[in-house]
Amino acid sequence: MLEQILSILPQVIFDGFLLGFVYAMVALGYTMVYGVLELINFAHSEIFMIGAVVGVEVFRYLAPAVPNGFLLLLLALVLGGLIAGGTAVLVERFAYRPLRKRGTTNRLVPLVTAIGVSFILQDLVRLIEGLWHNEFFLRMRTVEDLEGSFELFGIFIQTKSVILILVSVVMLWGLTYLVNRTKLGMAIRAVAQDIPTSSLMGIDPDRIISRTFLIGGSLGGVAGVLFALQYTTVTPYVGFLPGIKAFTAAVLGGIGNLPGAMLGGLVLGQLENFFGTYLPLLTNNNFGTEYKDVVAFLILIFILLFRPQGLLGQIVREKV
Amino acid sequence: MKVPAPLIHLLSLAALLLSAAFPGVASAFFGLLVLALAAFSPLSPRGRSLALALLTLAFTLGLVKSGNTLGLIGLVGVLTATITLPVPRAFQVLLGGAILLLAVPMAGFTNTFIFELGIQMGIYAAMALGLNVVVGMAGLLDLGYAAFFAVGAYTWAIFGSEQAKNFLQGNFPLPGEYFYLFMPVAIVTTALTGLLIGLPALRLRGDYLAIVTLGLGEVVRILANNLDHPINITNGPQGITPVVRPPIDWFRALMGSLGVQLDRTTDYQLFFYLLVLLLIGLIVYINVNLANSRFGRAWVAIREDETAARAMGIPLLPTKLLAFMTGAAFSGAMGVVFAAQRTFVSPESFTLLASISILAMVILGGMGSIPGAILGAAAVTILNLDVLKTLSEYLRTAFPTLPSQVDPAKYERLVFGVILVLMMIFRPQGLIPEKRHLAEEEEA
Repeated sequence: MLEQILSILPQVIFDGFLLGFVYAMVALGYTMVYGVLELINFAHSEIFMIGAVVGVEVFRYLAPAVPNGFLLLLLALVLGGLIAGGTAVLVERFAYRPLRKRGTTNRLVPLVTAIGVSFILQDLVRLIEGLWHNEFFLRMRTVEDLEGSFELFGIFIQTKSVILILVSVVMLWGLTYLVNRTKLGMAIRAVAQDIPTSSLMGIDPDRIISRTFLIGGSLGGVAGVLFALQYTTVTPYVGFLPGIKAFTAAVLGGIGNLPGAMLGGLVLGQLENFFGTYLPLLTNNNFGTEYKDVVAFLILIFILLFRPQGLLGQIVREKV
Repeated sequence: MKVPAPLIHLLSLAALLLSAAFPGVASAFFGLLVLALAAFSPLSPRGRSLALALLTLAFTLGLVKSGNTLGLIGLVGVLTATITLPVPRAFQVLLGGAILLLAVPMAGFTNTFIFELGIQMGIYAAMALGLNVVVGMAGLLDLGYAAFFAVGAYTWAIFGSEQAKNFLQGNFPLPGEYFYLFMPVAIVTTALTGLLIGLPALRLRGDYLAIVTLGLGEVVRILANNLDHPINITNGPQGITPVVRPPIDWFRALMGSLGVQLDRTTDYQLFFYLLVLLLIGLIVYINVNLANSRFGRAWVAIREDETAARAMGIPLLPTKLLAFMTGAAFSGAMGVVFAAQRTFVSPESFTLLASISILAMVILGGMGSIPGAILGAAAVTILNLDVLKTLSEYLRTAFPTLPSQVDPAKYERLVFGVILVLMMIFRPQGLIPEKRHLAEEEEA
């Protein structure tokens, strides 16, 4: 059995990275919003889903017109990012900002709003897809350029997997640069520290929050397009599970902490893929793949018991 | 709005006559309008009592004659008004009792769906009351509450059906009388589950707690969904059916002696309806006492400021655990009722959506408020089970050319979401806010 496990181990680790990068990208969206507003933006799962749906639609309609698969994917990524980012901005403008203006102190209020928004977006997409194509179970169209594959050290690698990893690494690096090195990034960090004080320093918090949603949303949208390309089936409810996992990843890494979210995403992707593949093997098929989420959550709890602040989070000392 | 009292009484009388002459949608709508007037205009307590009594008669008559469920919404409205507005105490008890014990059962005999609605509302109301202890009083954000409901439901479903034969020797299903025994059993098992989940989870705070409870809720659902192998305990996604119901010959005899003749389908509905009412009464009684007890005050203290509460010598983990276990126990007892009433249990009833719906009921009603939790549960249940279904039925007959994709029954969650968002923007404190919160807001 050990031989069997070892022989597919490289493949398992590679696939785990693929999943992990998707989670990491979505987790960053959660983390940014959380860092700025301390809000678990449940609607972020649906932003991700919108990216995936846009990706499917772009491939469906432009594939005959655009001969080059890579150009097509670029178009899908840009459109998916823009539309998802735009939706995130709209959600912030019409659902969260009114709450901020009222100054509600109860943390549950924005959380319930986020859940409500998430229901609205799911069913709206379902309505649109239903009226448009009379279906809402969408399949990604395959494009020849992206369907190639090769073998490296015994690992089966598809071209699109390479693209997924490349794009997400570039996005993650770009985001880190943006937050740490640019003026906008500094403003975001200032708002995350203290909204009233930052507005005294000449920052318009509403604008910065809006941009945070745009950036986080586009990242989620891009992740959605790549997810659709890699895993091919998309429904209006597809955002739910990756969203929950990504949020788990954000918590695992230490919520509000950008490198933590990336690390959390990768760790979770590895864990999930590892147990998804090996559980049936290790338990003689008594426990199947479906228990991978149980294991992932149990490990999450285990980690939080010993590091309640998450892997890379810092303990926030409370002022009394 | 200044509407003179005699006019409201006249209008109430008109609603009564209207529902006697033309029972149906139009007269029920008229009744609802008058109810809104009677509730929101400044009336003397006696004057309001009279209007509410007339309207109760009107809605009951309309329900019995036409079976239109709008009348039930009216009755829930009257009940809410009776409880929340200043009317004489004796009248509150009398009218409340009349609505719950006479009006609803009478309407239920003509249209059994009303019993079904009432039972579902009751089950959810009881669970909302349980979650209200956890989220509303103690301020612990629990996103996996449906897990406890599942544990309660499966506790009875497994032993009240042949399912237990798969892993135990013995005569299963257990006889129906064991149903009563299994309510306390489920309370114990769910409270223990609460302890098991709470011990690791409650060391965490705020959003960490939310995600961990969500995760553990999912774990319970995954277990329910997959424990059909290697040993078949839960029968997997197919669920368990049939689940044994308690024998109710004594109840039928009792009702017979009261002059109520029941046929085979309605007797169980009435029984479960009354059982749920009884349980809610108990739960409300326990809740009120808890809220005013040492523990209730400790929970509120923790909700308002954990650090200060600890400084005052409140032991955090045990106090939180107690809240968690109390909430879980209520939910577990209702799970047993749910399993027996439906005679069917499957993992589908215990998804994250169920947990979130119950949370939404608590928050819509007003966190920490007992009447709020009940009203929130009633409103959400009526909306999901009745209003949206009726609306889509109506649209389908009125516009047969409408494509099926825009059928409102498919967009329950959309409507639910819009309501959640609008409520949070315009009335974040909920329909019936807790008195303590109201006082705070007036101070501020």
